[in-house]
Amino acid sequence: MRALPSFGPTRRSSLTALLATGLLLTACGSGGDGSGGASGPARSGGTLTFAVGSDSGCVDPQQVGSNDTIYSVRQIVDSLTDQNPKTGKIVPWLAKSWEVSSDAKTFTFHLRSGVTFSDGSELTAQVVKDNFDAVPKLGALGTLAEGYLSGLESTTVVDPLTVKVTFEQSNAQFLQATSTHSLGIESSASVQRTPQQKCADGVIGSGPFVLKQYVQNQSITLARRTGYDWGSALWSKKGAAYLDKVVFKVVPESGVRSGSLQSGQVDAIGSVGRADEAALKGGQVTLQSRANPGVVFGLGLNNARPLLKDARVRRAIVAAVDRKQIADTVFPTGTRPATSVLAHTTPDWTDLSADLALDTAKAKSLLDAAGWKTGSDGIRAKGGKKLRLTITWFPNAATNQPALELVQQQLKAVGIDVVLKQLQVSQFSTTVQTGDYEVVWTNVTRSDPDILRSSFSTRLTNFYHLPAGSLDSVLAAQAATTDTATRAELVGQAQKLLVQNAYYVPVVELQTQLGVAKKVHGLAFDSGSRVQLHDTWIG
Amino acid sequence: MRRYVIKRLAQAVGVLWAAYTVSFLVLDFLPGDPVSAMAGAGMDSGQVDPARIAALRHEYGFDKPVLAQYADHLGRALRGDFGDAVSTGRPVTATLADALPQTLRLTGAALLLAAVLGGGLAVLATYTSRRWLRQLLLSLPPLGVSVPTFWVGLLLVEAFSFRLHWFPAFGNDGLRGLVLPALTLAIPTGAQVAQVLAKSLLTALDQAYVETARAKGAGRWRVHLRHALRNASLPALTVVGLLVGQLIAGSVVVETVFSRDGLGRVTAAAVTAQDIPLVQGVVVFGALIFVSVNLIVDLVYPLLDPRIVVASDRRAGIA
Repeated sequence: MRALPSFGPTRRSSLTALLATGLLLTACGSGGDGSGGASGPARSGGTLTFAVGSDSGCVDPQQVGSNDTIYSVRQIVDSLTDQNPKTGKIVPWLAKSWEVSSDAKTFTFHLRSGVTFSDGSELTAQVVKDNFDAVPKLGALGTLAEGYLSGLESTTVVDPLTVKVTFEQSNAQFLQATSTHSLGIESSASVQRTPQQKCADGVIGSGPFVLKQYVQNQSITLARRTGYDWGSALWSKKGAAYLDKVVFKVVPESGVRSGSLQSGQVDAIGSVGRADEAALKGGQVTLQSRANPGVVFGLGLNNARPLLKDARVRRAIVAAVDRKQIADTVFPTGTRPATSVLAHTTPDWTDLSADLALDTAKAKSLLDAAGWKTGSDGIRAKGGKKLRLTITWFPNAATNQPALELVQQQLKAVGIDVVLKQLQVSQFSTTVQTGDYEVVWTNVTRSDPDILRSSFSTRLTNFYHLPAGSLDSVLAAQAATTDTATRAELVGQAQKLLVQNAYYVPVVELQTQLGVAKKVHGLAFDSGSRVQLHDTWIG
Repeated sequence: MRRYVIKRLAQAVGVLWAAYTVSFLVLDFLPGDPVSAMAGAGMDSGQVDPARIAALRHEYGFDKPVLAQYADHLGRALRGDFGDAVSTGRPVTATLADALPQTLRLTGAALLLAAVLGGGLAVLATYTSRRWLRQLLLSLPPLGVSVPTFWVGLLLVEAFSFRLHWFPAFGNDGLRGLVLPALTLAIPTGAQVAQVLAKSLLTALDQAYVETARAKGAGRWRVHLRHALRNASLPALTVVGLLVGQLIAGSVVVETVFSRDGLGRVTAAAVTAQDIPLVQGVVVFGALIFVSVNLIVDLVYPLLDPRIVVASDRRAGIA
């Protein structure tokens, strides 16, 4: 028997070459024809085919965390409120109005009348209560929704169309949470089913589309809900959606997704990476992108470690990172370098780019002042101990490794030796909870600035082992205020404290990028950088 | 004969048990468990409350000692209950049963293509008297074995789907959707069949009985197909038994490239999610198919070559 040759590096390079050349040719080939240019008036009808990279095996909006599945199941349910992606303002949807108590503990929603679920049942305060009562019991997949409702004391039916939600502590983030897909309202019949049944069979919602068919690992098919008339205040079209049908196809290979879009087999694709861009430029495709709100990609420092307790070392790291280089080389075109701990699409984001500028001279002098002297190998040392940092990372995004390799080079330039340590995604929660790391590469998507409190308050889990201090009270205060101006002021203060103390090293924003055929119009991002398809039409 | 069958069956059961145990141990050695994997998969959505994770781990029994978990799982597996997949909550057996027909269709078509293409190539290469044609044909199988399946798949999609629009690039729909994936999977398999068959055909053609047949005046085709091929097919048949395992493994790549549902995709997803019950189900099921096919192959040998059973019975008799 002959031995099989090994395909290690050659396989990879030939594949890349194939994809680059082959798809570029396709791009040239399909340039001429098409009706993309002139778009007439919006028209109803047609089927949109959308290719996504994965199937999470679950079609219950309350239990889904992956964008690829949120895109589709989001359309099945409506939420109490919606959030304007431009301003961050919370606007009416299923709730036509609401009051929040001044301590941000009690939220009263006045529901719109005449809303029905696709099984014919009506939306009432009791249905909302049933939903909020069931969410904390969802189990392993429901952790996102459960988190939004943590500290829930009670949900009470005031009258058939008024529901009151009370929390044990101030919880200003809850209002934004009601706009998310995770707290989308499902019919009583669905709420009574087990989380597993809801995952496998989907749910009955009141949304502009209904789930027609789910074939695991293959497709999710949505059909327009006729008679729909209670859209979010943000949508431009009144009444039912334009599209008759939306078919989400699961296509794991990014090259096949791009090729299918170019060759017209699908109308839109998700998860377009930098490597796919060249193939998609020109032709009948536009790239659409938006930065994810929340905590940007960055170095989460374990502030309890002796080395990182020294603020000068932390500030030196902040000054030594060249954010622009990382954004421009590794991430999709248009990705912004971090300008704060929060991404610029998060409400109450404050531009602190001046504090996050690259300044290697400053980094070096800070390290000098901290007593770390450059050795013969270019690495700094103090008392015979090398200045070495271990960055732990997880392969949950293709950009992680190249981004960190750049960080490694950049820190080496100021005399810090960086060791990269890769762990499995399944080890993430344990690693962060036990504090068994020095630096961890992470990010969190959330469209409410309260994510700062869940991430950095020492009164909660305190994942980054910050010392207790004034930051805690600022974070607590923003969670307890309902006045938007005051809250914005407090959130700004918190960002400044985080950046100036260098508790976290912001690096780059996460950007969601879609490829959309030119004949598709009105495919819009919502505040969480996922899609809204009610206003989408095919020209 | 009965003794032979019983012995082979016992071996098959041993292989299944070993597959189950080894996969259990390997999964146990991996850091983390399905619950943490799920919490970690949503890491972009924020960190999950540690108490919540601990409670869930307890619920699924992942906090119990390894041996207790093993005994518990094995006991239920013996009754055909592989539990529920952690990532979806669906029973493992139902998940596999749903995926199986798709993979059977794919691997069946690929095996057929491999046999026809590989067998045809071997016969043609050994039959032709043109030296250059033989050299050319015989150089194809090594090429087929060495090109990565992944690459072949993407090449075929690029040519026949994106540019010529003959076949769809993804999905399980219809016969048209089966052509490219089956061909992709058939290329390395067919190449191996061709390599083995061509070699044994060449050996067979040198044998004395071929001379005898020729001397008796049998035509070239008759000698080639009736006499030499029948004897030469035995090693090829052995290879086919082994190739079934390779086809199932290959379906992981092919089903991913062509976005088909099936056992391969289930496997890839289960491993990523560290979904222990589902991975175990896949491993045992894969072993079951492999063992069954090889058992059938073993039982077919005597039909092709009666000497095999005589030999094994005689050995068994002595022992």
